[in-house]
Amino acid sequence: MLVSNMEVVPGKRITQHLGMVQGSTVRAKHAGRDIMASFKNFFGGELKGYTELLSESRDEAIARLQEQASALGANAVVNVRFSTSSIAAGASEIFVYGTAVIVEDR
Amino acid sequence: MGFLIFLALLVIGYLFGRLAEQRHYRSIHEREDALRRITVIPLRVPPPELLKHDSQLVSGSVVVSVDYFKTVAAGLRNLFGGRVGAYESLIDRARREATLRMQEKAQSLGAQTVYNVKYETSRIGDNAGQGLGSVEVLAYGTALTAPSVKA
Repeated sequence: MLVSNMEVVPGKRITQHLGMVQGSTVRAKHAGRDIMASFKNFFGGELKGYTELLSESRDEAIARLQEQASALGANAVVNVRFSTSSIAAGASEIFVYGTAVIVEDR
Repeated sequence: MGFLIFLALLVIGYLFGRLAEQRHYRSIHEREDALRRITVIPLRVPPPELLKHDSQLVSGSVVVSVDYFKTVAAGLRNLFGGRVGAYESLIDRARREATLRMQEKAQSLGAQTVYNVKYETSRIGDNAGQGLGSVEVLAYGTALTAPSVKA
């Protein structure tokens, strides 16, 4: 499944729009990690645990997006956008959405 | 006693925070030089000569944390208003790091350019209302790979 954040797919023609598809996930790290992160707020630096957590959740959200798209019979998702919001202390929601389309070679 | 702890935290935050920032900037400069040939372009539609390329979504993200000194410095700055230099450098580092990670991803795919780059910044962590805490920056775009490279 082709996923792209452009409106066009180079070398391919979009033959059909199948509507918007989305994927989202809410994740939290365990309390130990949160405590370590609040210590890190004194020292500064990268929070590797959180970076990892967020990129894992993003992969998960994209996987769900692709699942929805293939259920619609699409073979590509274009114009993909990400959105992140922290909905509670230590938990954040990753939301990804795009347009499911059918493309074919030019 | 409380004041002593505050002072100690301030000094620790200043020393460690500065060390981390200097080290980070050094690594950013090095990698920016190394990755300069992966061009990052915020154009929505690629030029016609790239229309045979393969496209793939690439992203890079990073979470960076403030240090205690920055929190206090920014809090003071809030009283007087003006540029908050402490946070400016933090967010600058995060954006450039995210861009670099995206470029690294593109390089590992054999791509030469990343089009339609978008940034997304969000606040992470639980000290809402008392400063910045940690900030996450995500950079994403579409990597274009020449078909000959892939084949």
